[in-house]
Amino acid sequence: LRLIYTTTPVRKKNVGASGPEKYTEAFIKKQIEEFNLGKRHLANMMGEDPETFTQEDIDSAIAYLFPSGLFDKQARPMMKHPTEIFPEQRKIQWGEDGRPFHFLFYTGKQSYYSLMHETYEKLLNVQKYQDQLTAQDLPPQKEKRNLAGSRWLTKIELEEMLLEKLSDDDYSRFIQLLQKLMTLPCGDIEEKYIQKFSKVVPAQLQKVVIEPLKYDERGVAFSTGEGSTRKTARATAVVYDNGSGKITVNGIDVLHYFPVLQDREQLLFPFQFLDRIGKHDMVCTVSGGGRSSQAGAIRLASAKALRSFVTEKEVEFMRQAGLLTLDPRVKERKKPGQEGARRKFTWKKR
Amino acid sequence: DEKLLSEPLSHPDFFNVKELFSLKDLFDARVHLGHKKGCRHRFMEPYIFGCRLDQDIIDLDKTMQHLQLALNFTAHIAYRKGIILFVSRKRQFCHLVESTARECGEYAHTRYWQGGLLTNAHIQFGPGARLPDLLIFLSSLNNVFQPHVAIRDAAKMNIPTVGVVDTNCNPCLITYPIPGNDDSPTAMELYCKLFRMTIIRAKDKRRQSEVFNELR
Repeated sequence: LRLIYTTTPVRKKNVGASGPEKYTEAFIKKQIEEFNLGKRHLANMMGEDPETFTQEDIDSAIAYLFPSGLFDKQARPMMKHPTEIFPEQRKIQWGEDGRPFHFLFYTGKQSYYSLMHETYEKLLNVQKYQDQLTAQDLPPQKEKRNLAGSRWLTKIELEEMLLEKLSDDDYSRFIQLLQKLMTLPCGDIEEKYIQKFSKVVPAQLQKVVIEPLKYDERGVAFSTGEGSTRKTARATAVVYDNGSGKITVNGIDVLHYFPVLQDREQLLFPFQFLDRIGKHDMVCTVSGGGRSSQAGAIRLASAKALRSFVTEKEVEFMRQAGLLTLDPRVKERKKPGQEGARRKFTWKKR
Repeated sequence: DEKLLSEPLSHPDFFNVKELFSLKDLFDARVHLGHKKGCRHRFMEPYIFGCRLDQDIIDLDKTMQHLQLALNFTAHIAYRKGIILFVSRKRQFCHLVESTARECGEYAHTRYWQGGLLTNAHIQFGPGARLPDLLIFLSSLNNVFQPHVAIRDAAKMNIPTVGVVDTNCNPCLITYPIPGNDDSPTAMELYCKLFRMTIIRAKDKRRQSEVFNELR
């Protein structure tokens, strides 16, 4: 089993699974009543209609009335419906006469074992179906399901689904059962059941949308690269087709703006990579930063603009060459007790 | 109400359990087959008919008597609305036992037995949990060929037990042992069928008597 690294906050306490009944039903009902009353009061305070006061209005009102400079969003004052704040709890498992509701109650982990029971039943069904097919001499169905785009639920997600604590062994056993179920030629019968426990992982490349070319009054194609930054410099570049390799920065020619050869090489790198040096014109605006960071920002902006002129394969080559990656390096802050960000004061033995 | 509870106790076989099985059924389901002579437990010797080619054969007459007593007892417990817990640690029959329990409306435990389930119930399940009134063992040993912990725990908590004991099991602490095979699938299906039918019969009779009482 491969370890799946998640970006959810580490060590999130699953309150729903830790113990029976930390919040009684009466308590949660009272909280809901108080929340509704408070919502009406807030609406009156803000001068809005209490009937049509949505959760977004509540959030904006609270942010206005209690401004907070805290970085952690969860530490700021919030007013939400109690079902979102208090996690789902397990109610009492037995009726008035003392008989438990679930038939596996006495095992201790009833939801997990009932899940295993159900999955095993699906497995037996599939085997019976297979036997029926072979008895009728029909060929077994072979459908290739897309294995690459999906992953199984993590242990934490499964715990949240079952409202019960699981051990690593239990989780691995369940995943092994699911994998066994998937490897059999079962087809559509159990697809729906398996989909409950798998999540789709979208490929990273599909998210980035390449904008189409725009045409100006003369009929020349151009495209804009925006929002590129390097240290503190901000740049936008407009790349025109059918050009002769002229580059203008802030209305000034490139030779005058960047007297140093290194900066001009940085500007030319995307064009040189795609063998389009004398074919495009560029007009850019840049502000902030210093000499080198402005050059880097314009380079990124022009690479982003060139994506629309070029095939997808070449875009992938540019991405792998590092032309489309935003450089995240910023000046590190100085810490107290040290002379700089990393440099410590001179160590004296005595 | 007192009549409801005292009436079944006057008859020796109020629920007519004898008609559910016959000696031939037991023989066809291979209940008489035991383990090899080397695996024999000392306390099972009274229940063994003989030994053929090193394999023990269980005496089906004694099995019939014990089975009738056990089924009668489970029927009485089900009539009085007691909680019945099916226990078995055999992996092949785990699904069968759980489905039987679900169909009866009773409870099953065919997984790893956590130490304090019966003896430490206040902490395991919250306060006010009700313990089972009868434990039915469809296989008396656990996966390491040792007697199941639940036999000892039920004896500690004064909970009566019904159990299918094979030739390598210890029938001492079980209140209603049933000497018989616990390894063949046909035998296990027969036991599940018998228990299911007795429990459903007893519950139906209880509902009928309550309806008659209300009509009066």
